[in-house]
Amino acid sequence: MRLKFRFIKLLLCSVLAVPAVGMASELDRFENLSGTLNIAGGTAHIPVMKQAAKTIMSANNDIRITIAGGGSGVGAQQVAKGLVEIGNTGRPLKPGELKYGLLSFPFAIDGVAVIVNPTNPIQQLSSQQVMDIYSGKITNWKSLGGEDRQINIFTRDEASGTRSVFVKKLLNKSPVSTQANVVPSNGAMKTAIARDPGAIGYSSVGYIDQTVKAPILDNVLPTNEACASGEYPVVRKLYMNTKGQPQGLTQAFIDYIYGPDGAEFIREAGYIPVGH
Amino acid sequence: MTTQISAERILQLLAASVLLLIVLLFGFLMWFALPVFFNPQTSVLSLHWQPEQGQFGIVAMIAGSGLLGLLALLLAFPIALGITGFCLLPRYRRPARFIRALIRLMAGIPTVVYGLAAVFLLVPLIRETFRTGSGFSLISATLVIVLLILPVMVMMLDSQCRPLAKELRMVSASLGFSDLQTLYHLVLPNARRAMASAALLGFGRAIGDTLLPLMLAGNAPQLPDSVFDSVRTLTAHIGLVLATENDSAMYNSLFAAGLLLLTISVLVTLLIRYMTSSAKATTEGSES
Repeated sequence: MRLKFRFIKLLLCSVLAVPAVGMASELDRFENLSGTLNIAGGTAHIPVMKQAAKTIMSANNDIRITIAGGGSGVGAQQVAKGLVEIGNTGRPLKPGELKYGLLSFPFAIDGVAVIVNPTNPIQQLSSQQVMDIYSGKITNWKSLGGEDRQINIFTRDEASGTRSVFVKKLLNKSPVSTQANVVPSNGAMKTAIARDPGAIGYSSVGYIDQTVKAPILDNVLPTNEACASGEYPVVRKLYMNTKGQPQGLTQAFIDYIYGPDGAEFIREAGYIPVGH
Repeated sequence: MTTQISAERILQLLAASVLLLIVLLFGFLMWFALPVFFNPQTSVLSLHWQPEQGQFGIVAMIAGSGLLGLLALLLAFPIALGITGFCLLPRYRRPARFIRALIRLMAGIPTVVYGLAAVFLLVPLIRETFRTGSGFSLISATLVIVLLILPVMVMMLDSQCRPLAKELRMVSASLGFSDLQTLYHLVLPNARRAMASAALLGFGRAIGDTLLPLMLAGNAPQLPDSVFDSVRTLTAHIGLVLATENDSAMYNSLFAAGLLLLTISVLVTLLIRYMTSSAKATTEGSES
């Protein structure tokens, strides 16, 4: 409703050629721009990008913004090759990617939480227990005080930014058991955990809903507030990456994400906005 | 006259370009894969795939693909043979027409539909029935792959056995053979090569499918102890690792996996061609 109102306001301003004095909108920066902006990469970024793109495109019909997923690796690859203007990653760029002259713009903080099936009686875990589960030392929920059921471990694919932060900050880079099942996205992880009473996995905090349960980890409940205050340590930044200094529409889009509207979209998606 | 020649030229050119593309594909894969095979630091010919620890072995994936292909073939082949035999019996002509239509329909179903249905129906069933894992396992993937390769095998067998059965009907009737005897003693023994090519075709498709193992086999890079363990195939491995950083050791292992897959499929195709062509030669020889 508010968006529609803003759109009408803009429309009126342009039709009547009345300068919008005192009504300067976040969207003004797109007024004289046109063209296409292609975005690809991390799946965690998509809700924010979509919301921003929708708002911008309904304010200015000359702008087209396309958004594709694919994961962090794809984001870095495609922006390095010049296939997209903005490549999203859920991790800092690796040296092999930096050599293409990419610039990173961190815009949000996202937590990565351990998730289990909602029927699982386990309420809390320590990071040592999680490490032991993932290395294959603990194999039954019974030894953690749960029911007598085999633990089914789920992990993410090798290109995942969620996996890289989980392995680095929670497992302390200790090896993941080769028996772990591998799923290719945050959504597939949630589906697998939601349907298997013996499963353990991990996902972006923004993805957690009624279908899965995030147990207390080292006495901290993984919520957005805990991630923002730094109390919950398993967090990562979400990045937009460009090849060289961004220009024109790309620059305007990045500024918009950093502005008050962008911060709102980031909060709506379940993440915490960060400044320049 | 001139138009004929130029048309022929165009056809030759097209055929040559396909050949060139295949040669280029092989050359390209070799170019990237051979250094990976011979690099002592990141050996792909090891059992351990632990990218965080710098180990990039794909032997477990080769075993996964091989096991999946063989198990699926083992299950699908007798079923395919049974269906074909049933359809060849004259007394079941009417149900056979229906079954052939059904098989043709099955061949057209996109694999993702099978995969999705299996994730929600077969995987929980296997998990709760056997209680030895998450249900994402070799057996789940195998069962659905059987559904995938069954129609191609039946169609291949049927297309070769039907003319054979028609040809032999008069002879067998004059000798007083029953329909079942005809099938057992005349049609099937003469269709050995058709069986072999159907088996190879099924095996090739089972090894080559990406989506079903990716969705159902669990993708754990290990040698399975039982059919209820999670495995990763070469195709699923490529699908999972494709999005990683270019030029990393992880990414390079994909070229090795790709080369292996291409080699397997070319070998299978060549074997099928060899068998069908020599089958033709022998039948022609016996007729003359």
